[in-house]
Amino acid sequence: MSSGARAGKSQLAEQFREFIDPDFVIMDDETLRPYECDGLVMYRALPMLVVLPDTVEQVQRVMRICHRHKVPVVARGAGTGLSAGAMPHKDGVVLSLARFNRILDIDPVGRTARLQPGVRNLAISEEAAQYGLYYGPDPSSQIACTIGGNVAENSGGVHCLKYGLTVHNLLSVEMITAEGEQVTLGSGGLDSCGLDLLALVTGSEGLLGVVTEVTVKLLPKPEVAQVVMAGFDSIEKAGDAVGGIIAHGIIPAGLEMMDSPAIIAADDFCHAGYPREAKALLLCEVDGTKEEVDEHIAATEALFRTLGATSIRTSRSEAERALLWLGRKSAFPAVGRISPDYYCMDGTIPRRHLARVLLEMEKMSEEFGLRVVNVFHAGDGNLHPLILFDANAPGEFERTEAFGSRILKLCVEVGGCITGEHGVGVEKIRQMAVQFGDQELQQFHEVKAAFDPVGILNPGKGVPALKFCQEYRSIGHGETEAHG
Amino acid sequence: MADQSQQLREQVLEAGSSGQQLNIVGGGTKAFMGRKAGAGAGTLSMAGHTGVVEYHPVELVLTVRAGTTLREIELVLAEHGQCLHFEPPHPGEAATIGGTLACNLSGPARPWAGSVRDQVLGIRLLNGKGEHLRFGGQVMKNVAGYDVARLQAGAMGTLGVITEISLKVMPKPAASATLVRTLSMAEAVEYMNRRAGEPKPLTGACWVDGKVYLRLAGARTAVEATAAQWGGDLLPDGDGFWRQIQDMQHGFFNHPEAPLWRFSVSSTATLPELEGPWMIDWAGSQRWYCGPAALSNLEPLARRAGGQVSLFRGGDRTAEVMQGPPEALKAIQRRIKHSFDPGGIFNPGRLYSWL
Repeated sequence: MSSGARAGKSQLAEQFREFIDPDFVIMDDETLRPYECDGLVMYRALPMLVVLPDTVEQVQRVMRICHRHKVPVVARGAGTGLSAGAMPHKDGVVLSLARFNRILDIDPVGRTARLQPGVRNLAISEEAAQYGLYYGPDPSSQIACTIGGNVAENSGGVHCLKYGLTVHNLLSVEMITAEGEQVTLGSGGLDSCGLDLLALVTGSEGLLGVVTEVTVKLLPKPEVAQVVMAGFDSIEKAGDAVGGIIAHGIIPAGLEMMDSPAIIAADDFCHAGYPREAKALLLCEVDGTKEEVDEHIAATEALFRTLGATSIRTSRSEAERALLWLGRKSAFPAVGRISPDYYCMDGTIPRRHLARVLLEMEKMSEEFGLRVVNVFHAGDGNLHPLILFDANAPGEFERTEAFGSRILKLCVEVGGCITGEHGVGVEKIRQMAVQFGDQELQQFHEVKAAFDPVGILNPGKGVPALKFCQEYRSIGHGETEAHG
Repeated sequence: MADQSQQLREQVLEAGSSGQQLNIVGGGTKAFMGRKAGAGAGTLSMAGHTGVVEYHPVELVLTVRAGTTLREIELVLAEHGQCLHFEPPHPGEAATIGGTLACNLSGPARPWAGSVRDQVLGIRLLNGKGEHLRFGGQVMKNVAGYDVARLQAGAMGTLGVITEISLKVMPKPAASATLVRTLSMAEAVEYMNRRAGEPKPLTGACWVDGKVYLRLAGARTAVEATAAQWGGDLLPDGDGFWRQIQDMQHGFFNHPEAPLWRFSVSSTATLPELEGPWMIDWAGSQRWYCGPAALSNLEPLARRAGGQVSLFRGGDRTAEVMQGPPEALKAIQRRIKHSFDPGGIFNPGRLYSWL
């Protein structure tokens, strides 16, 4: 780093320490280290400074100072993101919202919760449980991830098909703009007047503002939930069974698929009693009133039987339901046990192309010499292929990335997208050129400029500079790109 | 069934080069909404740009051209036992899906099924430069890029010409029943919120003419069991009643001479009882008021109730009809408008005088 930047660093720190407890203005390398990456640990950078304000006014002052000095700002929640969206900028400030961890208000009658952005996703449902309510979106990191980060990523989870993504469960957010203005998007009502900036900001990966308060909708906790587990001797049959359930008019609360390597890894890990010989496993959860669940469970079992399931097991107690889910929920750590490292992809596809995509992935697996394990949010088409690799083997991560890139390209080819819920961040910024043409990307840049004309919010993430896209496509990655 | 996107694009380019402004018109059934503006503007007709582009029932995804009528879409979906879950109002036979999205219009199921904005998965859009852009997609989960598709909901065509829309569709509920009981407005707000907090298959809750109407819909056994448990009178033609509410054909809306105000507020809010008829929908989140008033007088009431107010129909439509944002958000909205429509061609002044 140049001496000029060093001077900027102390000068900035001094300014922040005028209104933030000096212990929460971090500038030494050792204390900065934990902030150098998010959940995607392969991408790292040490920031210039980390600040942890604990009032909205302090956030506002941080933004004003950074805006004046044109210093990049990267907002950060729990750092559980999987696309390097919270990776620091080396000449910038990481604005941690970890101290904004209070549930401000729960309205049990109106069924809403007003939250600071650092409140953990699971804590909302835990607090709401006393009123028979819960918060819908449940990303698998829900024990640690924060609601502010959920807004930034438009997080989903297992229950999206029925209960929606973050964007469907928000009423309003309070946000500090790049210029340091405090604004509220949305309201206590369901629809708002004017341009829907709330929709635009949700999933914007910290590029449009810093969220300082979130009001979410709460749902009544279903009376009953039951899960049917079914094994199939081919991926195609399992895929058809998913279509069969939906064609029957049942919208499951959760509908997950695992392929053979995932079934075995998960069963070895937690002994969930999965059918180890199956080529594909479906977990179909139905929730609602007792009568509705009885009716839909019976229909689901009958459909699975007709559609060729080789084994069927239905949970008869909460403990059994938890056990059947345990395998799926431990799929990532289970895979962690059979490989030194794994890389989680996040493409979404129209479900009808599932068999083709998995088959092509198998071929690629051979071509790249890397194993791949598939867990899949089958209800909404969101794939999570886990590519197994060894970070210590020279060149293996580069090969893994190339494999991942090919998977995402395939997702776009069949009419899907490069990211269903993890975001673009730094990780998938090159593949944006596969999914979008230059005109769309240019429009994104202009939307960004409408919020952040100087470009200090999370620069270098989410939307690629156009010249890099042309280079990326010219080396043969973007030939599927058909529009723009 | 015709793809007229090329002609539409040429019209936009021509308008851009000649400085001609354009009012975008689908079926023309929602001309009563928004501000009266754009007097010198030409018309860009979407009525011929129609047809289902793709429909895969088991994917729960429908892609249609924006000029397709709601009626046609609903017929296509009904063949597969599916529906538009957000129950779009049909202000007339010719109402289109494009206009529904531009006006962000959803019906009585909205609090449970989501709005048209919630169900949009992707769009194609002609911006003011005549670029035919594609945002979002045909899958349920897609977080690549900003959500420009949902940004169109309620923008009233000020950002561009929506040419194609992909939507999430849902199975039609197997059974439904409507329960009625007599309650005052204040009691009704309390009662509807309490019922909405129970884990039952509630999909409609409104109060009109001194009565609360609750709709249950879903699995037959669940509907029957809940109806027995909750009690109240069973409305014989429940579906007919909700259809009237959805299409604003109910007697409450039959005062075309009086201004109709829409309050979008916290479901539990208490609003002062201004003189004139009121109706409550969406379990308390949407309140309709029919009577003379000035927007500036109603705005503080709406704000106190946690929400916003707009002049939905009638009244003085040369003034603002939507509650306005503070300066910082006004500036952002202006810059967004400029980024999509630098020449200010589309629906000038329809949403706000300053947009």
